[in-house]
Amino acid sequence: MRIGVPREIDDGEKRVALTPEVAIQLQELGFRLAIETGAGLQANFDDDQYREAGVEIIEDPRELWNSSDIVMKVRPPSQHPELGFYGVELLGKGQTLISFLYPAQNPEMLQELSNRGVTALAMDSVPRISRAQKMDALSSMANIAGYRAVVEASQHFGRFFTGQITAAGRIPPAKVLVIGAGVAGLAAIGAAKSMGAVVRAFDTRPEVKEQVESMDAEFLMLNFEGEGEEGSGQGGYAKTMSPEFIEAEMALFAEQAKDVDIIITTALIPGKPAPELITEGMVDSMKPGSVIVDLAAETGGNCKLTEADQVVVRHGVTLIGYTNLPSRLASQANQLYATNLRHLLSDLCPEKNGEIVVNMEDEVIRGATVVKEGEVTWPPPAPRLSAAPKTDMGDKARIEVEKAEPKPKHPLAFLAPVALAGLGLLGLGSVAPPEFMGHLTVFVLSCFVGYMVIWGVSHSLHTPLMSVTNAISSIIVIGALMQISSEQPLVLILAVLAVFITSINIVGGFAVTQRMLRMFRK
Amino acid sequence: MITGVITASYIGASALFILALGGLSHQESARRGNLYGMLGMGLALVVTIFGIVTNNYFFLLPGMIAGGAIGWYLAKKVEMTQMPELVAILHSLVGLAAVFVGYANALGHSDLSGIEKTIHDIETYVGILIGAVTFTGSVAAYLKLSARISGKPLQLPGRHLFNASLGVAAVVFGVLFVEQSAAGGGLFWLVLMTVVALVFGVHMVIAIGGADMPVVVSMLNSYSGWAAAAMGFMLGNDLLIVVGALVGSSGAILSYIMCKAMNRRFVSVILGGFGGGSSKSAGAGPAGEAGNVNPIEAEGVAHLLESAREVMILPGYGMAVAQAQHTVFEISNKLREMGVNVRFGIHPVAGRMPGHMNVLLAEARVPYDIVYEMDEINKDFPNVDVSVVIGANDIVNPAAQEVPDSPIAGMPVLEPWNGKTTIVLKRGMATGYAGVDNPLFYKDNTRMLFGDAKESVDAVLKFLGR
Repeated sequence: MRIGVPREIDDGEKRVALTPEVAIQLQELGFRLAIETGAGLQANFDDDQYREAGVEIIEDPRELWNSSDIVMKVRPPSQHPELGFYGVELLGKGQTLISFLYPAQNPEMLQELSNRGVTALAMDSVPRISRAQKMDALSSMANIAGYRAVVEASQHFGRFFTGQITAAGRIPPAKVLVIGAGVAGLAAIGAAKSMGAVVRAFDTRPEVKEQVESMDAEFLMLNFEGEGEEGSGQGGYAKTMSPEFIEAEMALFAEQAKDVDIIITTALIPGKPAPELITEGMVDSMKPGSVIVDLAAETGGNCKLTEADQVVVRHGVTLIGYTNLPSRLASQANQLYATNLRHLLSDLCPEKNGEIVVNMEDEVIRGATVVKEGEVTWPPPAPRLSAAPKTDMGDKARIEVEKAEPKPKHPLAFLAPVALAGLGLLGLGSVAPPEFMGHLTVFVLSCFVGYMVIWGVSHSLHTPLMSVTNAISSIIVIGALMQISSEQPLVLILAVLAVFITSINIVGGFAVTQRMLRMFRK
Repeated sequence: MITGVITASYIGASALFILALGGLSHQESARRGNLYGMLGMGLALVVTIFGIVTNNYFFLLPGMIAGGAIGWYLAKKVEMTQMPELVAILHSLVGLAAVFVGYANALGHSDLSGIEKTIHDIETYVGILIGAVTFTGSVAAYLKLSARISGKPLQLPGRHLFNASLGVAAVVFGVLFVEQSAAGGGLFWLVLMTVVALVFGVHMVIAIGGADMPVVVSMLNSYSGWAAAAMGFMLGNDLLIVVGALVGSSGAILSYIMCKAMNRRFVSVILGGFGGGSSKSAGAGPAGEAGNVNPIEAEGVAHLLESAREVMILPGYGMAVAQAQHTVFEISNKLREMGVNVRFGIHPVAGRMPGHMNVLLAEARVPYDIVYEMDEINKDFPNVDVSVVIGANDIVNPAAQEVPDSPIAGMPVLEPWNGKTTIVLKRGMATGYAGVDNPLFYKDNTRMLFGDAKESVDAVLKFLGR
């Protein structure tokens, strides 16, 4: 099958759905590849690089849309600004479109694709389960967006991120508040932290607390008296919260706004406008020169004052509303996105023969497919496994394992063996000669001494312990020596043999122990 | 007077032996401990040779010198990977010596009678029994460890019945021996019992699987001690009793630690059957997760290691088999020079005898103060950036905690999955000794570096610092 990759035509979009490296890997799966001329220029890949990787260069995008079995894109198709055609209208039966499609926001496009009998896979609908992570373009793009958000913030923030004491005075560290600790939020925390800022983070889902703290950031807890409300929704997103919760949350933000220098908001609820978290009053209360980066600007913004794709200054605070941050790190974004696509294609093409099979039994492919041969298959049924319940299962299992261990015992059960041993000793003592009992005393006491001493031996020295005990257990040689003076030839032979082999042991055991111990060094 | 001197010297030797074992509580005092051991042995030998032996020096000295020379040669020549074999074969010698001493005593002149004679006969009988079991058991263990016979458990049909009848036979022969010995005979039964014990020793060990070898080796260690103690009772010698009890309890404790580290009951280890791959039904990991691994190349591993702050290396016996420990040490050195905090985490059963992995790392010049035990290190994993698992499988298997019906459920394991990234060096996707699939390989933060351990670490070393 032939895969065609058109140039992205949206304003400011620098990404492209194919890199030369991934092109080579896709050819190994049996696909042929074509790309529109100049498609990779903005991401620093020129036509020659693609040609070297075995990709056909095509001049006219319309030909590409018409003739490719699979069309791969980054952004949803839109009207071509110069040539004036709409990609979707050039597609037909038997063709497959793989791209970000946002089916919830683009119902007309979905209908159009369905009318034309196309199969369409939306990269943004890949279910967020563990197995699909390697093709989860939302995560890989969010990661870039989070990182870039910090870079953009530093661009407009007139101060250091890191604190320093210099001869010219003290530089306080910047304080960064990250709202929403999803993939983007965590990436932002990591980037801000590594630049030296003091980072705080808030999320409605308590399970991310650990992740935030593992990155050395402070997780802000809500001073909220209500029922233990948790905001964990399906597929790794947060759900909408109750009014009381939101009130407490807003109070926290208002208090933080006065203190922090930079706020990065990443709160998105899928299929709905972004929740308003930062009010105009809070913006006003921030120190002049502060920066807000609103990663939700595309769906209305977490702050009303943000303007999509713009940088504006309100009340002395810079509000950054770029909606396409991944495109601002185009090379990186390309590499990750093209790799996500490759993983999806290799799942679609299990035979590695260059033919794709849209297997609706496969949970991941089922989730991503929004139109199957003209039939709208969106939204997919709820995923069977999402990330959160899985860990719950693990916990439960662990608890069961732990529970299974201790068996209830009668508190006096330990007395039984003691009593038995005591009776046995009494019985023995009543018949055995005193000499034997003396030896038994030595034996029992030595067992206890051995027990005490051996528990003190370092685990790392257990092998030397075995070789040295081996050497000293050859003390049996004494037994042989006690009999070697015998007149009986057979006894003499046995004793000499015993002396011979225990000597091997004594010298061998001590020597090898010494050799081993000499190896241990600091 | 001479008896008093001998007894006093024996007391001194006992104390020195206890100090020898006590010295092993720390690396710094260990070498001095070993010297105490040698001193104790020397003292006991000198006093015995000059105080008790009256005759036949002409046979005694060549025997000692020849034996000592062989022992010296073995100790110098042995590879550290072969330590378990050496220890096993040395155990067998203790067992054999006990048998010889026991027979020499039984054949020799005895002026005991009545209950004292009975007790003495029982002591002789038990001493030879333990000695014989130790002897053939250790030889079988030696053959298994040196791969001269298969490591798979040999499970004869009706083996439990067979063992039980051997046990009954040993008791019956014992009764007959004691009865006839009182009349001056009974040697026939003693020989018959020895044959039974020799068969039992072999049969017991070959029925135990490769994964349980650490337990077997420590168990035989314990037996050799009990054999010495039994000889002490027979000869009425407290020094032998003391040393035998020390060694016996040492081996028993080691067996216990090993069993605990594998979450196995001692009895079920002895009854055998585990570790041969016969029981591998459960353990495919969390539902729907199987079959998806993230491979990585050596270059990627080098990058990950360089950019990490905390690196944990988790070696298994596979590392020693591939002779990769020296390269691993070089990698750890290079990373430490770059300011990365590298540590090693050791599972108690990593290796084929207790503490084996520590010795292998020590041989590769890894300083012992960056080598940690599982219990010390498990809580640190959340702060670890990269864990590297080399040649290990079951000891890093999360199924032990997550899959309640897994054959290894409840076994304490190292927990690298709590860290940020885990790299697993592995030849292929085969299972470990326990025959259980390892869900660690399918975790999202796990990367698999496939290939021979030695070649893989060589490649990683090459890319480091580029």
